[in-house]
Amino acid sequence: MGAGHGHRLHFHGHSAVHRAPAHLKIPALLAFVLVVVATPREWFAVYAVHLAVLLGVIAVSRVPLRYLAPRMVVEVPFVVFALLMPFVATGPRTEVLGLTVSEPGLLAGWALLAKGTLGVLASLTLAATTEPADVLRGLRRLRLPSLLVEIMGFMVRYLDVVTADLTRMLTAMRSRGVDPRSPRHWPVLARSLGSLFIRSYERGERVHLAMVSRGYTGELPDLADLGRGVPAHHHHAQAAS
Amino acid sequence: MHVPDGFLDAPTSVATGAVAAAGVAIALRRARDELDDRTAPMAGLVAAFVFAGQMINFPVGAGTSGHLMGGALAAVLVGPWAAVLCISVVLLVQALFMADGGVTALGTNVTLLALVGAGVGWLVFRGLQAVLPRHLAMVAPAAAIGALASVPVAATVFTGLFAMGGVAPVEVGTVLTAMLGWHTLIGVGEALITGLVVGSIVAVRPDLVYGARRLLAARELEIRTPASTPEVTA
Repeated sequence: MGAGHGHRLHFHGHSAVHRAPAHLKIPALLAFVLVVVATPREWFAVYAVHLAVLLGVIAVSRVPLRYLAPRMVVEVPFVVFALLMPFVATGPRTEVLGLTVSEPGLLAGWALLAKGTLGVLASLTLAATTEPADVLRGLRRLRLPSLLVEIMGFMVRYLDVVTADLTRMLTAMRSRGVDPRSPRHWPVLARSLGSLFIRSYERGERVHLAMVSRGYTGELPDLADLGRGVPAHHHHAQAAS
Repeated sequence: MHVPDGFLDAPTSVATGAVAAAGVAIALRRARDELDDRTAPMAGLVAAFVFAGQMINFPVGAGTSGHLMGGALAAVLVGPWAAVLCISVVLLVQALFMADGGVTALGTNVTLLALVGAGVGWLVFRGLQAVLPRHLAMVAPAAAIGALASVPVAATVFTGLFAMGGVAPVEVGTVLTAMLGWHTLIGVGEALITGLVVGSIVAVRPDLVYGARRLLAARELEIRTPASTPEVTA
């Protein structure tokens, strides 16, 4: 349970993209994706430029595409939607490979696919090159309300602990012949989730008491070392700022 | 139901972002009333719990699977404002660390899942509590119906956003029918799981369930005298 609290997507490296501060990377990601979303769908060449820029950043980061590609599966449900688009959309029909499809639907499907893919790939690049603690520090510098950053910090810190709790419960269920996915066994699953909630809540109470006993007054002095160790001088520099 | 980038046009994404920011700002003030100075650690742990709950997929049919959204569940368990914060943080973490749900669609996702999901779930839950008998056994069914209502309402709001800023030339009626049909089904799953989970917690630790606090506060201390000589058991 005391294992690393790094998240699953991070790809360790020392490239310029890895070293760039998170409070620049996050707005850059947001700006890039906003530009992609606002690009008219007929400007095919511009999408090629977007892709080239993104691939350039990935190349500089030295995160292999082989690492990012399998992680793009989160996109799949919307790929299905995009592929369906030419068939359900309205408008004039056209022939593609012997199938009658809607012309604006075809264009819309292409746009969904292109924008969604660029968005996912760009987000994956941020996640792969930025440690969670750096993201938190960046969000704080970007003036995200500190309570929100703190909640996020605690979530990231205990995410692996809570999911590992759940994994052990699911293993215990399966070893007793229960299939958590089957609605027939939902009452068992629900009791496990109920006890997971109680465990998480009580863990939160213990964490809070431990913090109070160390002088917590409702405001964390510094989030820099949440999730990983930070050299002492760095810590003081942050706390002083 | 995590909306990706490019599903809605840029103006709609920016507008929902503003709505989400306003909602979260109010929740930040109000959540302190629900969780006092424990807010940060408690909401963080509950967010981790919601995330873990969302990892369990269940088959919806036609080869696809759905997962718990958890808005109504979190609202009943920790209170509506804390729930808004928890779900918003879950979405933020998923967007930034897991590329699940687009970064430009974050406002849309927070509006739909946190504000509408938790809000509708809570309002229906409270409404039912006012009507139903004041009994602990009624908390779980009320939570289930709250969850049942929250999913199709969120789907309808999404359809409204799609009508305003959708990028695909699909008739709104078609979208509405598909979304409502599909999400009523998902809502039934959400309702069953929510009801069962809340029921199991109310049975063990009713004091942890925010939605049951009023009922517990109204309880009077009852000192029962044993009917016969009590047996001493180890």
